Amino acid sequence: MRKLLPFLKNYKMQSILAPFFKMLEAMMDLLVPLVVAAIIDRGIAEGDRPFILGRFAFLLLLAALGLAFSISAQWMAARASVGVASDVRRALFDHIQRFSYTDLDKVGTDTLITRMTSDVNQVQNGINMALRLLLRSPFIVFGSMIMAFTIDVRCALIFVVAIPVLGVIVFGIMVVSIPLFKKTQEALDRLLGITRENLTGVRVIRAFCKEKEEIDEFDRQNQALTKLNEFVGRLSALMNPLTYVLINIATIFLIRQGALRVNMGAIRQGDVVALYNYMAQMIVELIKLASLIITINKGLACADRVSVVLDEKPGMEFPGSTVGEKRKSTGTVPAVRFDHVSFGYANAGADAVDDIDFTVQKGQTIGIIGGTGSGKSTVVNLIPRFYDATEGKVLVDGIDVKDYPEGSLIQKIGIVPQKAVLFEGTIRDNLKWGNEDASDEELMEAVELAQAKEVVEGKRGGLSAMIEQNGRNFSGGQRQRLTIARALVKKPEILILDDSASALDMATDQRLRTAIRGLSFNPTVFIVSQRASGIRDADMILVLDDGHIAGSGTHEQLMKDCETYREIYYSQFPEERKEAAL
Amino acid sequence: MKKNNSKAGGSSMQTLKKVMSVIGHYRILLILSIVLAGLSVVLQLYIPVVFGNAIDGIIAAGKVDFELVSTHLFKALILAASAAAAIWVMNMINNRLAYNTVRDIRSRAIRNIQALPLSYLDAHSSGDIVQRVIADTDQLSDGLLLGFTQLFSGVITIFVTIGFMFSRSVWITLTVIVLTPVSFLVARFIASRTFKMFQKQTQIRGKQTALINEMVGNEKIVKAFGYESRASERFHVLNEDLRKSSEMAVFFSSITNPSTRAVNNVIYALVALLGAWFIMAGNLTVGGLSALLAYANQYMKPFNDISSVVTELQNAMACAARVFELIEQEPETPEADRVMERADGKVDIQNVYFSYDKSKKLIEDFSLHAEPGMRIAIVGPTGSGKTTLINLLMRFYDTDSGTISIDDERIDEVTRHSLRSNFGMVLQETWLKNATVRENIAIGKPDATDEEIIAAAKEAHSWEFIRRMPDRLDTIVTDDSMSQGQKQLLCITRVMLCLPPMLILDEATSSIDTRTEIQIQNAFDKLMKGRTSFIVAHRLSTIRNADVILVLKDGKVIEQGNHEELLKKNGFYSELYNSQWKNSAA
Repeated sequence: MRKLLPFLKNYKMQSILAPFFKMLEAMMDLLVPLVVAAIIDRGIAEGDRPFILGRFAFLLLLAALGLAFSISAQWMAARASVGVASDVRRALFDHIQRFSYTDLDKVGTDTLITRMTSDVNQVQNGINMALRLLLRSPFIVFGSMIMAFTIDVRCALIFVVAIPVLGVIVFGIMVVSIPLFKKTQEALDRLLGITRENLTGVRVIRAFCKEKEEIDEFDRQNQALTKLNEFVGRLSALMNPLTYVLINIATIFLIRQGALRVNMGAIRQGDVVALYNYMAQMIVELIKLASLIITINKGLACADRVSVVLDEKPGMEFPGSTVGEKRKSTGTVPAVRFDHVSFGYANAGADAVDDIDFTVQKGQTIGIIGGTGSGKSTVVNLIPRFYDATEGKVLVDGIDVKDYPEGSLIQKIGIVPQKAVLFEGTIRDNLKWGNEDASDEELMEAVELAQAKEVVEGKRGGLSAMIEQNGRNFSGGQRQRLTIARALVKKPEILILDDSASALDMATDQRLRTAIRGLSFNPTVFIVSQRASGIRDADMILVLDDGHIAGSGTHEQLMKDCETYREIYYSQFPEERKEAAL
Repeated sequence: MKKNNSKAGGSSMQTLKKVMSVIGHYRILLILSIVLAGLSVVLQLYIPVVFGNAIDGIIAAGKVDFELVSTHLFKALILAASAAAAIWVMNMINNRLAYNTVRDIRSRAIRNIQALPLSYLDAHSSGDIVQRVIADTDQLSDGLLLGFTQLFSGVITIFVTIGFMFSRSVWITLTVIVLTPVSFLVARFIASRTFKMFQKQTQIRGKQTALINEMVGNEKIVKAFGYESRASERFHVLNEDLRKSSEMAVFFSSITNPSTRAVNNVIYALVALLGAWFIMAGNLTVGGLSALLAYANQYMKPFNDISSVVTELQNAMACAARVFELIEQEPETPEADRVMERADGKVDIQNVYFSYDKSKKLIEDFSLHAEPGMRIAIVGPTGSGKTTLINLLMRFYDTDSGTISIDDERIDEVTRHSLRSNFGMVLQETWLKNATVRENIAIGKPDATDEEIIAAAKEAHSWEFIRRMPDRLDTIVTDDSMSQGQKQLLCITRVMLCLPPMLILDEATSSIDTRTEIQIQNAFDKLMKGRTSFIVAHRLSTIRNADVILVLKDGKVIEQGNHEELLKKNGFYSELYNSQWKNSAA
């Protein structure tokens, strides 16, 4: 929460004025019983009609003032709470843009989305309610007591006793039940999880005849939730009757005391009515305060969660812009060099890749092949410094990737990720991710190279055709080709294709590879693939097995020396195994 | 919340009846709750009158009737204590009623889910059904049960209040009744203005959420293209729009309360004024005025309550209708009670017709005979009916006509459980429980020892990665803790452990790299020995060794035979096979 306080500072005036106006409004409310008492004690008792009319007008004035004050307060509160929420959202978004891949893995994008949407909304709600009511309710409660003191000290002492007792009950019940509410929410989440499992896994459950077990498990959680709910319910069921009976007992003492004081001539009948009214006003506010605190508590919990994200320091440090100034790579400096690199993902047991060491010259094409989880993607993710090597060094153009200023390394590199993600907008908008200033001709050139010409031309509007959310109006293969085009628009010095032709048929894949080989800007190319056919023509093939390099070299060399490569190859070309065996 | 209430409209009486039937043996509690609600309202409303009477005994110095005051105060104490007791008991009853009804409905729902035909479950998104079981049920209990008692006590409050007020002063009461609608008009006026602002806010918020989902959801790609600052720019523009529209929406919605309160304050002042006049005319006492003022203060509350309860009730009805739609859905055709013994694996399919959508034909006149231990591969383009065949074998769906028999026993004449336990199934879509790795593997054989599990895991090549997990077999499986390929290996391990007489492998290795696949293939080969197996695969290399290959197209078997025979035929299969070979060799 402390992290979010500075955001309120931008709305200092509103944050102070909102509760202030609310207090003014409350003050109007507090004056009403006094006016009524005056009507009874002076107006009625002395038959003073003009006086009564005057007081009536005063009551109307109080109502009008109350309305004015409270509308001002609502406006201030709306401005401040919405303002803070907007600023927090903006800060969150900008902050997330600075996260490294490790940070993203750690926090999880789903979590981040929830933080930015529903959590921030809850914070807004909490602030809004707090500004409006947090001060008003205690003010009325204690105001009532003070007003009682102005009427009669003896009677007011009953307030002094009643307020703390009521407070203890209301807040005591709340303090006990809030953590229990959290628990019931968890129990409900578990039940929801089981229901979902039952539905998504229905075939497996039925295939293994587990219907009964699943129902039993559901019943168990269902019963646990019911028990918990009833328990919490029993606690909160006490709140209303307890406060109700107490406030009435207090009122009884009050009227009894009032009777004595009136009899002594210390106060008058109207004063008793006023005291009675103050007592009634107080209980309403106490109950309001209790429900308000639940809202605020929710808001605080959300604020905490948002703070955690803002507190998350972007894990990557970058040098100032002067270090590692662009040095044009020459033939002598290797384009990419891995110097005994090891890397393990945070929270994972073993290293994902271990002691990776290789050198790539400018313009070479590198194939990376290996089984599921062998570390192929990890290796290419280290080149643009999505992750920092835990051991060893990665050098691009002879410079340690850690010495590039923020954002300058990524300019050299074009990436086609495994998951072909497109964004809502036109095809043009999407391709321009690679280069904002690219002309339509340049875009079409990239599209053609990516074998995506038919995709673009097949859609109404060509480059202006709309892509729906997540690119769902395009097939997997079409999406993949467009993401390749997107990377080519950038004309990168290093092009990385991370298993990005998996949805293409063999012929298109072949044409694509030929096109990439002939690229005019002659990039260094990394191709990650599960298919041996996809990389067999590479200048160098890295064979990864369980995070290690099992072999490197050309296809012919590897067929000769590398058992793992041979195994992979023959698993895909079994006919050739037979021929080789002959 | 938007709810589909198109169905609820006409049949809401029916729905209400169904809800009542669920409440069943809680009916007495419900009646008791209503009685107590009425009682507590009357008691609570009567107390201001009693206090008023007591105040009337306090006239002036030396003129206080202590006996009268004490009597009334004692009365008030009794009344307050009884009211509190009534409220307390009512709260407890409502709790019990609401939570137990929800529990009962949910437990009926889950039972029906497990008994529903797959055709229903396949046709409804799981999110929709979860919504019905969890959120709609909650809404039903909150809205319908509690709403009902609230509505009831609200109506009583209004009538009793008016009654008490009339007993004090007819004219003042009439004034209050006449002026009340003003407050409604004000509220209505503001609400109609606010609605448009909320609509606009919702619209902009929707856009912003979509952008957040896209950008933050794909943050890695955003970073890979250095798009961060452009993303921020787009976000800021929307964020400013949202700020403006939210400010207005929040503000206008929050002036409803002060406005109606102001109207209420005016009414209060009028009551004070008129009261004073009547007292001076001798038609009212000070205590009576104090009671009237107390009523005037709370008079609006039940009206507000009722209007919100009514919307809640409508909502709850719609939810109830949705819940009952699920609960009352026709379950699967009843079971035969014969149990199929462990089968040898002779499978006979005769003249089977089947389609999901009766207007679109799928499988027509399909027949197949498989001897025990035979390996049957099913190939064909997407949508040709490969998976459908498996749905029929496992009796996830029943045939439209024709019979399927195993060991000369018709599968619709034995229990589903006994049929299904004869099959081991690995599907393309991997499903794992949110439980430990051990529980997930041992799902078909809950009493398996760790040694057996580890042996099966080694066989299925899943032990390599299980071994590296933080708690090995005790690691809790979560959605993203494993790659697709690893999940598939776990599913294979399950079958390796329980060794059923027949196997169904539906694209069982689609997410596994080719090298591991070959290794698993060896294990599969061993497993399939002596077991009738049905294999669906895209990769033709995995089915080359099958005894019979069925080539399906549009629901029909267009070719049948072993690999060599089919190649010689030079038909669809050889075309399929050669195209793959040609491509991969390119």
